[in-house]
Amino acid sequence: MDGSIPGSGTVKGEGRILMANEAVISTGVAEAPPRVSEWRRFRRVFLGRILVLIGLVIIAFFVFIAIFAPLLAPYPPNDPDLASALQQPSSTHLLGKDALGRDTLSRVIYGARTSLMIGLIVVVIATIIGMTLGLVAGYYGGWTYNIIMRFIDALMSFPMILLAMVIAALLGNGMRNVIIALSIAMMPGYARLMCAQVLAVKENDYVTAGRSIGASNLRIMLRHIVPNCLPPLIVLITMQLGSVILAEAGLSFLGIGITPPTPAWGSMVNDGRQYLLTLPILSFAPGLALMLVVFGFNMVGDGLRDALDPRLRGAL
Amino acid sequence: MTTFIIRRLIMAVIVLILVSLMVFMAMRLLPGDPIRMLVTQSEQQEFTEEQIAKLRHEFGLDRPLMVQYISWLGGIFRGDLGTSILHRAPVAGEILRRLPITLHIGLTAYIIGVIIGVPFGILCAIRRGRFLDTLVTALANIGITMPAFWLGVMLIYLFGLELRWLPVQGYTSPFDDFWLSSKQLVMPVICMILFPIASNTRQTRSSMLEVMRQDYIRTAWSKGLRERIIIIRHALKNGLIPVITLSGMGFSMIIGGSVIIETVFNIPGMGRLAVTSILNQDYPYVQGIILIVAAFVSIVNLLVDLTYGWLDPRIRYS
Repeated sequence: MDGSIPGSGTVKGEGRILMANEAVISTGVAEAPPRVSEWRRFRRVFLGRILVLIGLVIIAFFVFIAIFAPLLAPYPPNDPDLASALQQPSSTHLLGKDALGRDTLSRVIYGARTSLMIGLIVVVIATIIGMTLGLVAGYYGGWTYNIIMRFIDALMSFPMILLAMVIAALLGNGMRNVIIALSIAMMPGYARLMCAQVLAVKENDYVTAGRSIGASNLRIMLRHIVPNCLPPLIVLITMQLGSVILAEAGLSFLGIGITPPTPAWGSMVNDGRQYLLTLPILSFAPGLALMLVVFGFNMVGDGLRDALDPRLRGAL
Repeated sequence: MTTFIIRRLIMAVIVLILVSLMVFMAMRLLPGDPIRMLVTQSEQQEFTEEQIAKLRHEFGLDRPLMVQYISWLGGIFRGDLGTSILHRAPVAGEILRRLPITLHIGLTAYIIGVIIGVPFGILCAIRRGRFLDTLVTALANIGITMPAFWLGVMLIYLFGLELRWLPVQGYTSPFDDFWLSSKQLVMPVICMILFPIASNTRQTRSSMLEVMRQDYIRTAWSKGLRERIIIIRHALKNGLIPVITLSGMGFSMIIGGSVIIETVFNIPGMGRLAVTSILNQDYPYVQGIILIVAAFVSIVNLLVDLTYGWLDPRIRYS
């Protein structure tokens, strides 16, 4: 893959290209506007777009119902009642009941917990591992670079969902294993972006200056390089949150990962398939929730990209 | 250019060997045992430890890991990907039988994605901020957001069950019954093209916008050239380079998507095979499929890189 072109700075992540390198170069060429106006510009661009605001509201809404699920859900999510199975939506059960007689609305609400929790944990783990690998590869170069990046290339040469499936299936079901599987599958993107960033940032004078006063490698990496690599990573993290949530839903749709009683949107869509003719809402509702969450994260990610990308300065 | 090609080829081979090693080791070192799986799925009720050991020996799973890996790798060069543990059938044959099905659906979706996505992206970039741009960008945002499996289920509900316009599942070869085959293809392809269209549109739009701000485009305007000439002759050449890079990624996404779409529509392709053999822990199938997929993705990426190097000399000489 394209990681073979060191420092070309083209990073592929879930079908988007971030020209990471260029972004850094333009930050490196200090335009040096005062910090306050920089922050103001960020706020103006970021919050000035209606879609970003909608995205933020959606995310806030789902985070809220995920945290307060036990208070908001009208019924317990795993309370089977076979006598009332497949009940049509009514005033007491707004979205009806599933094949085991569980309240669909409550399960959708608890599903937000599963989705957001897995999304957040996976992104944190993948970012930490990916950033570290990319940092080491980019900073030391040479053999270290070659070994790490070829390994990353190999991981990236099969579709992310397939990789996650294989690892999750081999580790066995359960939330912990899904998190491990998705973290491994998501990690290469961060490693590659970080590596491209580091390759560009380490050419800056302040890195040479740091070295000339005898700063250790670790100090240079943590104090000078990492902070300057962050903006594109923040964008990727936000965008990946949506992808991770989608991937987790895909896995649970296929019956890999989250074990049955735990409410997960993907498996709810799958369970509902059998009752499409009588009760389509069983599949429709969890899928809609999933789509809204992913939409929210994508919009905020787009907004962040526009606000943090110096190339678009003045264009917006 | 020759050095560049050779360097990329060597790199691709190294990556593939790494993939084979990683897949092999992952399958062996992580928990999960295909023989146990075979035993539990078998009709015979009781298995003695002796019989299990015999089965293990039969599939060569009792040999040292390195020996197993080398013999598997050796087989690959003879076109032998091993024997399925559950079905006792050669893996390569089954994969070859199913690959065309996946490629038929995948390539159809891929090509439509490019044909629709790229022109849309160009249009949006030219008409930036106008109604068309806003509309298409909004649709593209929905496109990258829509969970494919959910869309599939909803399409089945609407067009298959309620309106009864399209068959809800299955696959027929276009050589057997072209009309039925096309009808069966509609819904899976719709599910699969959404993402490529959306990402191609977004990528083309942003890279065209980037190019349109360059000095040489301003020069072209000030020379008094017509808009069409500027777009086609000057802007597209540079504007489409990132789109080509992305198309390699798009291919990988299509294969990944087939895993889910083939399950939704019950299509007997490679994606479906991947899911069932992963669930059954049928090592040889999983290894074979992943290797084939990785090989395809690597070849596509190699072609993409070569095109990229050919279009942009800066890459070639770096």
